[in-house]
Amino acid sequence: MADITLVEVQNLTCERAGRRVFRNLGFAVASGQVMTLEGPNGAGKSSALRILAGLLPAAGGEVRFQMNAGYSVTDSDERARMVGWMGHTDGVKAQLTVLENAEFFAALYGARISVAGVLDHVGLKRMTAIPAQYLSAGQRRRLSLARLILGNRPLWLLDEPLSSLDAAGRRLAAELIGDHCDDGGIAIVATHETLGLDATRFFIGQQ
Amino acid sequence: MKAFTALLSRDMRLAFRAGGGASLAAAFFALVSALVPFGVGADLALLGRIAGGVLWVSAALAALLSLDRLFQADFEDGSLDVLALSPLSLEAASAAKILAHWITTGLPLVVLSPVLGLLLNLPPPAFGALVGSLLIGTPALSAVGAIGAALTLSIRRGGLILALIVLPLITPALIFGAGAVSGVFDETGRGAFLFLAAFSVAAVALSPFASAAGVRLNVGG
Repeated sequence: MADITLVEVQNLTCERAGRRVFRNLGFAVASGQVMTLEGPNGAGKSSALRILAGLLPAAGGEVRFQMNAGYSVTDSDERARMVGWMGHTDGVKAQLTVLENAEFFAALYGARISVAGVLDHVGLKRMTAIPAQYLSAGQRRRLSLARLILGNRPLWLLDEPLSSLDAAGRRLAAELIGDHCDDGGIAIVATHETLGLDATRFFIGQQ
Repeated sequence: MKAFTALLSRDMRLAFRAGGGASLAAAFFALVSALVPFGVGADLALLGRIAGGVLWVSAALAALLSLDRLFQADFEDGSLDVLALSPLSLEAASAAKILAHWITTGLPLVVLSPVLGLLLNLPPPAFGALVGSLLIGTPALSAVGAIGAALTLSIRRGGLILALIVLPLITPALIFGAGAVSGVFDETGRGAFLFLAAFSVAAVALSPFASAAGVRLNVGG
């Protein structure tokens, strides 16, 4: 993966439906770091992640990825190619089996690792032939985690990754995030809960 | 390219699963066409004259039936965010989805049309023109429809608005498609064919870009 050394956000302002959600947001996250985005409901955590990913245009300010190779990237389409995404929806097709979903992700990202191995790692080995509509919310979350691994992107943007996960699932998510950052990746996580990782904390809105 | 075929085969697979649109469109096409003789009456000469037009209108309505879910289903379950962040550009993703829609919806209509032509007493020399015009014209239905589907993907009950947007836009395909069928007996058929082909080529070429713009608008909204 093309490595990002620093994710820089300056004076970021977000408006949705004509309403200002937040203004002048600024932070920087370096390679190997985990940052949690915290704040009350409606503070704009999810919107901030969508802007970082390039899905949502910012009303003002700049998002800049400093790359290992020396140049930096601001264009939203280019940023989008570097993001591993886990939104509040799972992006899983209910009518396809777990294996079909995972194989689609692998083909989409051109993953060179074993799909079965990844499914085993996230604890879905015994569910491979089952249509995703029969999965529990936590199991769908695990399938989303499998997509993150298969995507192999340098910047992970995770929106409440621990929701619906059981204790083992939370440990798994924390372990995956930890491994990702040990490999030089970056993770920015919107969450109300503690990850159990060494993370910088950033608050949006009133504390 | 691998990502393109992955999305293409995923969408085709979904179309044949429960709740997919493939068999629905074919059944709707057959039912509407079969209902017309009940309304018009058993005047074989009249049926033969209007068969081309009836089949083309039914085909257009059948193609519309499954179009509203083209992007909406992916929008609702979060797949569209994943696609927008994938190595595949939204233009290529739209092209894959349009192609999948045509293979699972348009192509079955083409295959089914001779049987329904028989039912509507279509004159034998016109069968070739019917199948040919549908083969050339149905990609335009999927392509133009995709633009409407992309624009209405975040609207609840967007299917009705989709029909209002798309039906006027596919009028040229209907005029030239039906004209190509009824024109086999005079000299107008060939011209209608060429116009239909031109419309179809233009629609298929432009639609991925227009659809991607519509998706971008809604994902960033």
